[in-house]
Amino acid sequence: MQVTLRELATAAHGLLFGGFFLFAIFGVLVELVRSAHVKGASDLTARGCSLARVYMIATAGLGWAAVLLGAYAVYPWYRAIPPAGAADLSLYPQRLLLASATTSGWHSLGMEWKEHVAWFAPIVMTMAAYVVAKYQGSLRTHPQVKRGLILFTTTALLAAGVAGFFGAMLDKAAPIKGGGTITLMRSAK
Amino acid sequence: MTMATEQEVDHPLELAVALPNGSAGAAILSAGAGCFALGVLAVAGDASKSMAHWLTFYKPTGPLSGVSSTAILLWLALWLILGRLWRSKTVAIARVNALAFVLLLAGVLLTFPPFEDLLLRK
Repeated sequence: MQVTLRELATAAHGLLFGGFFLFAIFGVLVELVRSAHVKGASDLTARGCSLARVYMIATAGLGWAAVLLGAYAVYPWYRAIPPAGAADLSLYPQRLLLASATTSGWHSLGMEWKEHVAWFAPIVMTMAAYVVAKYQGSLRTHPQVKRGLILFTTTALLAAGVAGFFGAMLDKAAPIKGGGTITLMRSAK
Repeated sequence: MTMATEQEVDHPLELAVALPNGSAGAAILSAGAGCFALGVLAVAGDASKSMAHWLTFYKPTGPLSGVSSTAILLWLALWLILGRLWRSKTVAIARVNALAFVLLLAGVLLTFPPFEDLLLRK
């Protein structure tokens, strides 16, 4: 069972960091909406507060890991320029997509949107982590702040969803290939 | 339009409950503005070759490296400035939320390729 370095980095970017980031944002949103509809006080214990803080920081961290790995490792492989006259474009995903009218939209709409909108989610979730950590004990006395957090977190979920959807579809249409091979498991045969 | 007013806390024990919302307002508004800046820079990078060249901080990543790095720097700088100015103040948070959300949505719209093409008449 083998995988190339580029495939592994792409999987870490999209499946590990990006995927868990999406789940984590959804968790934040559910908790924010739930806590906005609680009767009376439902304060967390000190341990609960620190766990919530760790969760929020981990969520933002997953987002930054996803966008930084994507922008500085995976994206350069995606947009690599083939040598003049190259017939096989399988190592040049952007050029491969643009070479056909049936796939060029995945780049011109998908990648062009994803590469920018993806950054919104970690920016917003860093803000949310800060606000939750700072106002944890008194967030219920600031319902407008909570409303702002819900709006922004919903937008972050949509932005991360757009990035995740197009990332998955781009990887189906023109997967990132190449790089050194890593053997994960050897067959007994 | 003034968004900030002085917060009065009569008793130190009420500090936790009456924590001024200025820090939250600064974080929310700067996040919206940072996303808007990213949208503006993305359009600028596509609009002119010289801007794209200027925004290329790391060649393999291209203009995206400068678009994202500059927007992040602007976001953090604004957050730092507003955070210091509004730290002990209570701001009109509904208005701050509205302004920040408009900036965020404008940022999303600016990064949407068909809208960008419309804007640049491509």
